[in-house]
Amino acid sequence: MNRIIKIILLDILKSKIVLAYTFILAILSWSSFALEDNSAKGLLTILNVILFTVPLVSILFATIYLYNSSEFIELLLSQPIKRRKIWISLFLGLSFSMILAFFVGAGIPLLLNSPDSIGVMMLLNGCLITVIFTALAFLSSILTRDKAKGIGIAIMTWLFFALLFDGLVLFLLFQFQDYPIENAMVGITAFSPIDLARIQILLHLDVSAMMGYTGAIFKDFFGTSTGLIITFLLMSLWAIIPFFISLKKFNRKDL
Amino acid sequence: MIEIKNINKKFGKLEVLKSVNLSCKSGECIALIGPNGCGKTTLIKSILGMVLPDKGSIEFNGKSVLGEYIYRENIGYMPQIGRYPDNMTIGQIIEMIKKIRNSNQELDEDLLKEFELEKMFDKQMRTLSGGTTQKVSAVLAFLFNPEVLILDEPTAGLDPLASEILKEKIIKEKEKGKLIFITSHLLSELDDLITEIIFMQDGEVHFHKKVEVLKTETNETKISKAIASILKQKQPESHNPKLAKVS
Repeated sequence: MNRIIKIILLDILKSKIVLAYTFILAILSWSSFALEDNSAKGLLTILNVILFTVPLVSILFATIYLYNSSEFIELLLSQPIKRRKIWISLFLGLSFSMILAFFVGAGIPLLLNSPDSIGVMMLLNGCLITVIFTALAFLSSILTRDKAKGIGIAIMTWLFFALLFDGLVLFLLFQFQDYPIENAMVGITAFSPIDLARIQILLHLDVSAMMGYTGAIFKDFFGTSTGLIITFLLMSLWAIIPFFISLKKFNRKDL
Repeated sequence: MIEIKNINKKFGKLEVLKSVNLSCKSGECIALIGPNGCGKTTLIKSILGMVLPDKGSIEFNGKSVLGEYIYRENIGYMPQIGRYPDNMTIGQIIEMIKKIRNSNQELDEDLLKEFELEKMFDKQMRTLSGGTTQKVSAVLAFLFNPEVLILDEPTAGLDPLASEILKEKIIKEKEKGKLIFITSHLLSELDDLITEIIFMQDGEVHFHKKVEVLKTETNETKISKAIASILKQKQPESHNPKLAKVS
């Protein structure tokens, strides 16, 4: 398995898109720390960058890469290699290279400018988001043979989690504002990995004091170490479940 | 060596293979012929495990190939249209496959030398012509001395010189007692190669006969004429399903 991962890693790291992604992340992170006078504000800016660009680049790049390597997959399949091994190697290779790009681009400025638990947490969340959206890319590319459709599904997935989901939550909030729905809100966030990451980081910043009653309930749940562990578990599930569905489908696919 | 029992495969509504039964032993050189879209490539891909049949079983040396992968060490496959990663060079592809196989067997680099591919080792795959890509596929198929060779239209797109080299190589391997599958539409090319013929039509095996038997039955000396006379006797009753769908 290592041989295939190595081949894939080298292939991806050579691509200019990953280099550009690293570079842009680095510019954004360094400049947001340089522009703001305290690191907390810088962190907030980076948070938005992470929650917006990282999922988009991860899911799009991974989907396109998978479609473009269909020849490579076919070639490997005629060799004595297990099917699941091919798929898992692709996943590990892609996730690892995207994490590496994220770490070099955003991780280094984060750790230098905010060398505390928040910085580390941000880094962890960024890595998890990368893996989650790579897994979602695997799912969307296995759903259809058509490249254009697959990329469309990937973009819609990103759009849903990055924008539409928040809109839905807001809509629900206004519809049921007369009811005590704060606890239900905590549950609903579990359905979006981006929201999980956002709330988790926001609550560790001082700005959470301004979030009112809902913020207090959120703090009650997410602020505790059990809450922290549950969020990380939920996010891991967000990576594992889509990937396993895609693995099952790949095992039964005709090429 | 390869036993195919009752396999069925449907792509959507289209039945590509209808209870195909075949039995092949080593030392045979089998031509798989039939009209376009009759299921030849699907059959080959089922043997390789790239297409998973809906029903039936395929056995390689007495073991079912379903979910297995190690048996592919003994198969060299040359696809009809070789598709390779665009941005890799010929040298990188061959190196990569060697690394993946990681076998300490002696490599068979005859074709690599005879096709003079070493001169083009740093050419990228996307810049290659169809014929050169075919040469790379052929080199990869023969590289690891496999017991079974599956060649899907091996000479299509090759220039006369290269296809002659390939044919000689196939004859050489046949004499070593390997099992060789060839699909081709150029029946005249098969004359001095094959020992058996499988004729497929509409996903069914029409017949599976030795070449000599076929020739004596039809009183012809050439395979192409023998096949033609059989086809004249049996007017095809049904249309090719793929063509019917288009029109």
